[in-house]
Amino acid sequence: MLRLNFVPENTNIDFVGLRKLAYPLSILLIVASIAAFAVQGLNFGIDFRGGTLIEIKTDSPADISALRARMDALNVGEVQVQEFGAPDDVLIRVQRQDGTEAEQVKAIEAIKSALGDDVAEYRRIEFVGPTVGAELIESAIWAVVLAIIAILAYIWFRFEWQFGVGAVIALTHDVITTIGLFAVTQLEFNIATVAAILTIAGYSINDTVVIYDRVREELRRYKKLDMSSLLNLAANRTLSRTFMTSVTTLIALVALAIFGGSIIRDFSIAMIWGVIVGTYSSVFIAVPVLLGLRLSREALSAEVEEGEETGADTPEGRDAG
Amino acid sequence: MVNYPRWAIVTTVLIALLGLIYAAPNFLLSGDDEIEAPGFLPTQRMNLGLDLQGGASLLMQVGVEAAFDEILESVENSVRRELRDRRADGGRIGYTDLRAEGGAVRFTLRDPADADEARDRLRNVEDGFTVSETDGTHFRLEMTEDAVRARRQRIVEQSIAIVGDRVNQLGVSEPSIQQQGEERILVQVPGVSDTGRLKAIIGQTAKMSFKVVDEAASLQDALSGNIPPGSELLYGPEDEGRIPYVVRRVVEVSGERLVDAQPSFQDGRPIVSFRFDAAGGARFGELTSENVGNRLAIVLDDVVVSAPRIQTAIVGGSGIITGRFTVQEVDDLALVLRAGALPAPLRFLEERTVGPGLGQDSIEAGKIASVIGLVAVVVFMIASYGLFGAMAALALLFNLSLIVALLSALQATLTLPGIAGIVLTIGMAVDANVLILERIKEETRIGRTPISAVDAGYRRALTTIIDSNLTTLIAAILLFQFGTGPIKGFAVTLSIGIVTSMFTALMLTRLFVVVWLRRRRPQTLPI
Repeated sequence: MLRLNFVPENTNIDFVGLRKLAYPLSILLIVASIAAFAVQGLNFGIDFRGGTLIEIKTDSPADISALRARMDALNVGEVQVQEFGAPDDVLIRVQRQDGTEAEQVKAIEAIKSALGDDVAEYRRIEFVGPTVGAELIESAIWAVVLAIIAILAYIWFRFEWQFGVGAVIALTHDVITTIGLFAVTQLEFNIATVAAILTIAGYSINDTVVIYDRVREELRRYKKLDMSSLLNLAANRTLSRTFMTSVTTLIALVALAIFGGSIIRDFSIAMIWGVIVGTYSSVFIAVPVLLGLRLSREALSAEVEEGEETGADTPEGRDAG
Repeated sequence: MVNYPRWAIVTTVLIALLGLIYAAPNFLLSGDDEIEAPGFLPTQRMNLGLDLQGGASLLMQVGVEAAFDEILESVENSVRRELRDRRADGGRIGYTDLRAEGGAVRFTLRDPADADEARDRLRNVEDGFTVSETDGTHFRLEMTEDAVRARRQRIVEQSIAIVGDRVNQLGVSEPSIQQQGEERILVQVPGVSDTGRLKAIIGQTAKMSFKVVDEAASLQDALSGNIPPGSELLYGPEDEGRIPYVVRRVVEVSGERLVDAQPSFQDGRPIVSFRFDAAGGARFGELTSENVGNRLAIVLDDVVVSAPRIQTAIVGGSGIITGRFTVQEVDDLALVLRAGALPAPLRFLEERTVGPGLGQDSIEAGKIASVIGLVAVVVFMIASYGLFGAMAALALLFNLSLIVALLSALQATLTLPGIAGIVLTIGMAVDANVLILERIKEETRIGRTPISAVDAGYRRALTTIIDSNLTTLIAAILLFQFGTGPIKGFAVTLSIGIVTSMFTALMLTRLFVVVWLRRRRPQTLPI
């Protein structure tokens, strides 16, 4: 039977050596992300900024500029009018009104009456007041920070501190560059984006833990192999799995991005980026970083899992036997 | 790991079958079909979130502070009355500077000798208030912390009850009214996409009172700021040109005394007819007989709805409210009057409305994305791992049915981000299988027999699978804890997906593999 085989059986890629390329690349990505965040900022959705969003379907292809003119005449502040996925689908965003929530509610009514008969269907009306927006930001930041701390603690508990720190470095790398992606592309940053970022964090950690698990196993098996060869060995032996899982996840996400409808498209794009960057960081950052953190055998040698193969000096020796 | 005890086989098969049974109603039924099945079969389907079935979700803040201000104002009035009243024993007590501010009512006695008498009179002025004084002259009435807490809780509970009453009277199906946090109410109404009327009905405080128009006062003077003591300036409805009225402050009869209110017609115009309880009816009769010829202001939330002239005493305990109403308006006014006034004003913090079309589109898009993602992953797995890939793919189908089954059984809400979570699970679910299969491949390569390779593959992959899934689960649980609304839905499906993925990879696929190994006893593995 013909079998797809993307990753050759015995790869021997020098991932640790490649850090000379990967580190500068990642630092560049992070600096660029922070710069984009500082200069352009994020295109916060109404979830965080407060304001109103109205999606309508019109009977015939919508005349966006006419609609925009009509909205501007209402005097409710900045109004964005844009096509959303289809020519008869229009998204109207109204900035937060000064004053209380009651002003906001009034603005919605004003817009609805100005739209009048053009609307075949109100697809969606969302209004978030300033109070709730601030709370959502707060809870989102808490969720991200606590998730990172909990993950760090868990890995520390299951492995050694070097692994925990290494995983969090890779994870932070992924989170920052994803936020960077949103700053550069100005895709809307909303509450679903936070979910995407947290999922990316989970995925990235998942990927890293699989490789780390292998590092731990090989550390116990090969007592005398030097550290960088050992890290390479672990990364190479899990490479096929790393690749396969990323591909299946990407397949599902691409399906979601293309067919899942306009509302979750941004979410899917964030996730696709996150899976790519998360896979990259697991192999090219999380692994070599262990070398810099001075991971030692002593910490792990206390517990020996399987007696049968410990003591082999090199992987070659094992394969021969 | 190739030893699969009988009880484990039975349990695994049982769970997989239960998954199919519990998931089945979602696939066999559509729309509002009722299932006709033997009673022991489950009929529950997944709860669709408002973003999928369409509907409105409103988050409101109960203006407890405003209610407290009102309580303070009434305490201030009581204090004034207590001190001024000439009593047989004490007479009038002189005071200055009576005011309600900073959560307390304060005043200063003119004569420190009155302190004991004042304390005595104020002892029972209002439940939950304590009286304290400094220098024997500076008095301070304040609510105890317990009283504040209890009052707050009661105001919120009453508000929820009244909002619930009003929403239920609208005749929408399956509304949900819940408290959120300490002072918030979340109202979710499926199938409603025009929230204008809903908000108008829920948001109206509907505090009604009957006051007498101060006929002696000059409207001109009042408008220029010279309002007679004991009177106030109120206005008519905005759409009728905000006609000003000078009315006596005293609430002659309050809306609390209403026992019924119904929309009706008079001379072809829509009106609201109402009825008082016995005490209210008596008071209303008294009031109208004393004020024949004067105007009676019907005040709703500080707006004079109408001010008819009292032609004759009204003793029957019922009356009507006229005005320039539409039929819809009288329906709504009667509704809110029946449900009663809110103890505190409500403020809308958040509103999310999804029309039925968008919800349907989202479901369709989610279905298409799931099926395409699923087919692509299945093809990819079979192409990469052959027979073992097919077993993993079959397990994936069971995995999906388990997710749907758990969502249905737990009656968790499926939202659009929830569908995203399921699609993501499809992609990630194969991870555990990939880990195992890659490991079996490796073990085969170093010369192990099929059974020994499968055994080592599962054993070695086990810790990795547990570690990697638990870390993701931690992220998902925190997402659930700190997320709101749709995010929670995403966290739920993701968490369920992680658990079911671990089950299908470690138990179900293993069962397939073990059964195949026992039956075929292969010399080499087709991997």
